[in-house]
Amino acid sequence: MLQQLGQLPMGWLLIALIAVFGSAAFFIGRVRAERLLLSTTGRMHSRPNYHGYYVAMWSAVPVMLVAAGYAIFAEQLTRTQLTRELPSSFSALSAAELQSYLESVRMAAGTAASAGADRVFQAVTNRYLELRGLVNAGTLVLLGILASAGMFWAQRRLKPSFRARALVENGMELVLFVCAGVAIATTAGIVLSLLYESLQFFQKVSAWDFLTGTRWNAQTEAEFGALPLFFGTFMIALIAMLVAAPIGLFSAIFLSEYASPKARGWIKPILEILAGIPTVVYGFFALLVVAPAIRTAAIWVNETAIQLGLASEPILAAQPTSALAAGLVMGIMVIPFVSSLSDDVINAVPQTLRDAAYALGATKSETVKQVVVPAALPGIIAALLLAVSRAIGETMIVVMAAGKSARISMDPTSDLTTITVQIVSLMTGETGFDDPKTLSAFALGLVLFIVTLAFNVVALRVVKKYREKYD
Amino acid sequence: MDTGQGTAMIDDSLTLPRAAEAAPRIDCRNIKVYYGQAQAIHDVSMTFPDRAVTALIGPSGCGKSTFLRCLNRMNDTIENCRVEGEILMDGENINDADIDPVLLRSRVGMVFQKPNPFPKSIYDNIAYGPRIHGLANGREDLDAIVEKSLRRAGLWEEVKDRLTAPGTSLSGGQQQRLCIARAIAVQPEVILMDEPCSALDPIATARIEELIDELRNRYCIVIVTHSMQQAARVSQRTAFFHLGHVVELGDTNQIFTNPREKRTEDYITGRFG
Repeated sequence: MLQQLGQLPMGWLLIALIAVFGSAAFFIGRVRAERLLLSTTGRMHSRPNYHGYYVAMWSAVPVMLVAAGYAIFAEQLTRTQLTRELPSSFSALSAAELQSYLESVRMAAGTAASAGADRVFQAVTNRYLELRGLVNAGTLVLLGILASAGMFWAQRRLKPSFRARALVENGMELVLFVCAGVAIATTAGIVLSLLYESLQFFQKVSAWDFLTGTRWNAQTEAEFGALPLFFGTFMIALIAMLVAAPIGLFSAIFLSEYASPKARGWIKPILEILAGIPTVVYGFFALLVVAPAIRTAAIWVNETAIQLGLASEPILAAQPTSALAAGLVMGIMVIPFVSSLSDDVINAVPQTLRDAAYALGATKSETVKQVVVPAALPGIIAALLLAVSRAIGETMIVVMAAGKSARISMDPTSDLTTITVQIVSLMTGETGFDDPKTLSAFALGLVLFIVTLAFNVVALRVVKKYREKYD
Repeated sequence: MDTGQGTAMIDDSLTLPRAAEAAPRIDCRNIKVYYGQAQAIHDVSMTFPDRAVTALIGPSGCGKSTFLRCLNRMNDTIENCRVEGEILMDGENINDADIDPVLLRSRVGMVFQKPNPFPKSIYDNIAYGPRIHGLANGREDLDAIVEKSLRRAGLWEEVKDRLTAPGTSLSGGQQQRLCIARAIAVQPEVILMDEPCSALDPIATARIEELIDELRNRYCIVIVTHSMQQAARVSQRTAFFHLGHVVELGDTNQIFTNPREKRTEDYITGRFG
């Protein structure tokens, strides 16, 4: 009996119970309110539906809380009790071994197919199911009591003057607040874990060496000087912005000021398709098309320079993957970010400003150059900053087309590596969480996070501070 | 100059005051304006005398702003807007294909409904027009133009110590005077005002009206207004627009004290509009 209870699909059951208790409570509340409406002579403060919602709230919320508690603690509770009851021979197992043993017990319990396994395992599995059944039964009983109590208490409070509407509104506000809170808590959790692991790393490697060292060799030797990575990231983002800033900005100006509505109608979606292309596709485009082309061009430059006697040996590195290839393609990738945001802010410049310039006898290009763009400048700068933070955080293109050698080189045809490339290569393959090699990835992630956060914050501040108030 | 022949009776009423005029600054003949298929102005003919204020009054949507915007070809900037008819300035039809609207607009300044200073300093707002038209020889000349324009707009005393402050930092009334100064700075012959006081409080409005009265000595001014009192106070001539027609045109005194048309009387006495 207990074992069968242990196999209940509690997830579905809890969701169903929330629905059942909620709707039952709603009808009870509503029916009671309608009766009040009939028996009372004056007006009800709230309409019957709100009384229904109110009772439903008091019934469904306890169910949800119990369900949440169950989801968080049930497994842990069962395991703790089970571990206590295990035979003494298990004490020889290490914590990790015990965990994986219990995990396989859980799996076996879920499928109810422990036949063929040894007797101890079967016994443990059965006990696990029994314990789980106890927890499940306890949860259901608790849930039933709380939900009925809530329902009973809430429907007792109903009377004509009861302000159900206001209370339901407050309840809604609370629900929305909790949802926002979940997002914030998740973000905080990610940041905290990033911080925690980074601190572990900085206990092993000094932060100063990490930030200013020029030798990066995390895979083979323990050399953690991240400067070449910062340089590579900066270099590639710079190349990307040299491509994206003018093209994106000018296409935004064309779209908002010059294009006819018809042309705008098909050019803008095409630009937005560019934003929808998966970055991995850009990545192999960079690797297979752009990088070889750049290499060929660089080799040609080298040969020509030598033939002309301008140089005695090759001036460009002409490597098969290069910063230039990754930067150019990344630039194309961020064009839509620049153009779409700039287009929005340029469109937000009020028509009256353009009229004012035209009425003074300014030509179209004078108006754009001297009035529209300056008025939209804060927004355009913000768009560029957001594009930069996007370029810095971009991973796939650089993984495929930028290379893996950590070096500081101004030659754009040499391969460089970036923060994101190194994080990927540190976190893939065999990793252990106490290894400085793995921990260094967290430190890199933290740096990346701080830099992009700073860019975004500055961008938002710029927009806020310098936005002209055009009511 | 006789345009009334064979057309609606409205045009007959126009012949009288027009005949009495000396040299009109602007002479509009049979103006028709279309937005796509919809006709906004029906065959309007009227003149604007120099050194006088002409007020265009009428209910919303009667076409007075549209008509005003014909005078500096601002309607060119509106898609699917089409203007027919002749508008003569110095004997030239400004709707001719070989007239450059950019040059025309340097001769016909405009002030808009809502103050719309550029997001630049006060100085640069005024200097903008002279700069793009190359009116100033050097910095001192430009300084002089800026000062003169601000003085004429009655704003110099208030802003002379903060010419580098952004134009948008001024109050609404000051901003509107800044816009008038900006329009004056390109030395226009005509100034068009499209409800210049509708976004201002009564005190700022009074300042602007005083200013219009002073500017009348130098320019031909056309003002669109919703306030009949304003039209009566600042203008010498008034045209009453209704449904895209000019119902009545005459001396402001006559229009407001002794209107010839029933519709004009109804409008100015507040029976409709």
